[in-house]
Amino acid sequence: MKTDRIVNLSRRRFIAGSAVSLAGLTLGIIPTVAAEQREAGPGIAGQAPEIAGDFSPNAFLRIDGNGIVTVISKHLEMGQGTYTGMATLVAEELDADWERVRVEGAPADAGRYNNLFWGKAQGTGGSTAIANSWKQMRKAGAAARQMLVQAAAKQWQVEAGEITVKSGVIRHAPSGRQSAFGELAELAAEQPVPESVTLKDPKSFSLIGQRIPRKDSPEKINGQAIFTQDVKLPGMLTAVVLHPPRLGATVSKIDSKGALAVKGVREVIQIPSGVAVVADDFWQAKLGRDALSVSWDESKAFRKSSAQILDDYRQLAEKPGLVARTEGSAATAMASTADAVEAEYSVPFLSHSAMEPMNCVVRIDEAGCEVWNGEQMQTSDQQQIAGLLGLEPHQVHINMLYAGGSFGRRANPAADYLLETVHIAKALKPGTPLKMVWTREDDTHAGYYRPLYLHRMRAALNDQGEPHVWDQRIVGQSILKGTPFESVMVKDGVDMTSVEGAANLPYEIKHIQVDLHSPELPVPVLWWRSVGSTHTAFAVECFIDELAVKAGQDPLDYRRKLLRNHPRHLGVLNLAAEKAGWGEPMGRNRGQGIAVHESFNSYVAQVAEVSVRRSVISVDRVVIAVDCGVAVNPDVIVAQMEGGMGFGLSATLFSELTFREGRIEQSNFTDYRILRIDQMPEVEVHIVASAEAPTGVGEPATPVIAPAVANAVYAATGKRLRQLPLRLG
Amino acid sequence: MLNLSINGKRHALDLDPQTPLLWAIRDRVGLTGTKYSCGIAQCGSCTVYLDGAPVRACITPVSDAVGKEVTTIEGLSSPAGQAVQAAWRELEVVQCGYCQSGQIMSAASLLQRNRKPTDADIDQAMQGNLCRCATYARIRQAIKVAADKLNGVQS
Repeated sequence: MKTDRIVNLSRRRFIAGSAVSLAGLTLGIIPTVAAEQREAGPGIAGQAPEIAGDFSPNAFLRIDGNGIVTVISKHLEMGQGTYTGMATLVAEELDADWERVRVEGAPADAGRYNNLFWGKAQGTGGSTAIANSWKQMRKAGAAARQMLVQAAAKQWQVEAGEITVKSGVIRHAPSGRQSAFGELAELAAEQPVPESVTLKDPKSFSLIGQRIPRKDSPEKINGQAIFTQDVKLPGMLTAVVLHPPRLGATVSKIDSKGALAVKGVREVIQIPSGVAVVADDFWQAKLGRDALSVSWDESKAFRKSSAQILDDYRQLAEKPGLVARTEGSAATAMASTADAVEAEYSVPFLSHSAMEPMNCVVRIDEAGCEVWNGEQMQTSDQQQIAGLLGLEPHQVHINMLYAGGSFGRRANPAADYLLETVHIAKALKPGTPLKMVWTREDDTHAGYYRPLYLHRMRAALNDQGEPHVWDQRIVGQSILKGTPFESVMVKDGVDMTSVEGAANLPYEIKHIQVDLHSPELPVPVLWWRSVGSTHTAFAVECFIDELAVKAGQDPLDYRRKLLRNHPRHLGVLNLAAEKAGWGEPMGRNRGQGIAVHESFNSYVAQVAEVSVRRSVISVDRVVIAVDCGVAVNPDVIVAQMEGGMGFGLSATLFSELTFREGRIEQSNFTDYRILRIDQMPEVEVHIVASAEAPTGVGEPATPVIAPAVANAVYAATGKRLRQLPLRLG
Repeated sequence: MLNLSINGKRHALDLDPQTPLLWAIRDRVGLTGTKYSCGIAQCGSCTVYLDGAPVRACITPVSDAVGKEVTTIEGLSSPAGQAVQAAWRELEVVQCGYCQSGQIMSAASLLQRNRKPTDADIDQAMQGNLCRCATYARIRQAIKVAADKLNGVQS
């Protein structure tokens, strides 16, 4: 270790020599030569170069001479606990000491760090992080463990089969020898990478299934965690962008005199998405923008209002759409029904409104482009940026930082705010680092919204009160049309994300028809935590409740009967109902509501208890049951259920983005309201014990709360609310 | 030149006195634990103390801080602050973490004033701090755990 120098293992080119210390970019002490070799090192599929004093068996971990295990997370940590989850999987099979495990964000590399559910693309979304990594990360840990054991066997001249590993200590009981990981790291690196590994029997798991401390907590509690907003590079400038007042408006004239007169303002730059003011720091840039005078050509601008869009959709819903699911002959059966039940449900545009408004740091020089970002979709962002700059994707180096929330916003196939930053940076002197910052108002106005949707529901009941016809027509913009995802996830014109949660209706019904209209609007739309289920669960789970009422049956019993062949739905439904005390008298102006929904292969049921006073809905208590397969980190799952439900509760009770003649009417948390602590219900979470492979937890709690609350409001008041956010009177 | 004292350290800053304290702390002094999120005192992410009293740094002119002691999350060292941070760890309150500096500053300030807050006290003191991850249930519980720690109650 004589030739040691401190280098950043994966981002050496950019960080060495600067005084920057970024979250997830831990510096390691490794030999100089080894660092050079490592950069070219292959992933899990291949064998890493042999490195003296440091052990890096694959792309997902390394162990240094001090025994510190660094897990490389291919997935973004945006609050959902992924860093902890990735580390748990590796450390379990490695039998590492949890206290000595660190996590580092992976660089963008679709070859080594792809999401196994997404083919050759790297990214975090669809609640897939644990699900796709479940075996991959464990194998990475198991391979390293086997190499450490081989090293110990060689050093001690004993049988490998007699060696045990526990909590970072390798032991040979017969000879009484033992060693920590660090002492054997160098020798382990010389062992052949095993061609196959045996994973543990779940019975012997010591970390998976336990409550273990989150890896990102300490630095998020003491203010040391680095988000994109916190990146500071030598010579960095900050830009704020003036966007057009309406979608489709273009710049006709810029008067930059006022802006340039503001102290610290360097440049005013016109870019495709507006006009950027670049200054030494944020406040100067913001003052510069305030002083900027731009006239806009709004002749081709979008001028519709939300009410008009909803009316247009209502008209469309009169006509058949593209079929997403058909069973039996719903149209014929419906035509012969005298007593159909019909209802219209609708949801507004929504903004993600992460606490960290969108931002990005970019530096462009002759070598390429370097990006610092809460990076959710590496591969497509890399391609988009490379395309704009005429570079090869590998010349775009992405540093994945913590994201201060995302909820889908930072996973945009159009890479909107990243490209906006690149457009500004490429107009600056080469090598100038640029931070682009959206204000809260920019974040609210600049788009990529959950689309407005309308559902027209029809059903007919048989003599037992059970539905024998179910006819659901969905109207709303396609999220995926025109994106690289279209070829995979739009089938026969039906965007799977528009109909998920409806097309896979689990209820036992003879005639089912689900069809879709995907009208085009210039409003930019995107997935929003739980995507299609944000609206389909609301429509389906409220309408089934309406049918139960019509049939004069208890909503829980009604669902149970219709879900008789769906054990996992039933499992969560029964658990939530039992823990909540379903059916207990609630008292005046109070009510219970229940809903169950599958999304991202996980099953969630919720029972909400509400009180209604003077037309104000208070959600007092929510009981959640979840079946997400093996519970890798139970406390993280509980946290995601609590928070995912709370995120959905904002949209249930408050949040709404509305267009008025093409302008968004909301701008900040004063009028785009999100849940506050005094509106947070008591919440209880129960996890169904399961041996199934783990499935998603980041999103599945979100869509269930709106129908649970709407159904509870009906129980409390007799009023059926079919529009979000829920409003009485 | 404005003379500020932040976490016990003196800084002379060449700034327009109307500049919000938040940007002086973040962009000039380089302490980034205090966060920007709304800019209009609606979310509490930028909460710092002026002579021990919580303020929203995003709407506080930097000139208001002259002659006072500014405390940010990086300098939070009071017994209440430490109890809150320990409770935050114990209950794993944090998710994305972006709002948590502000949450912790507000929570520690509450416990400084009120050693035994009720649910209603907590709701009132914390309702200006938004958390988009909705970690509220744990925030409420962690404040009670921190109160117990401060009061010497074994949890």
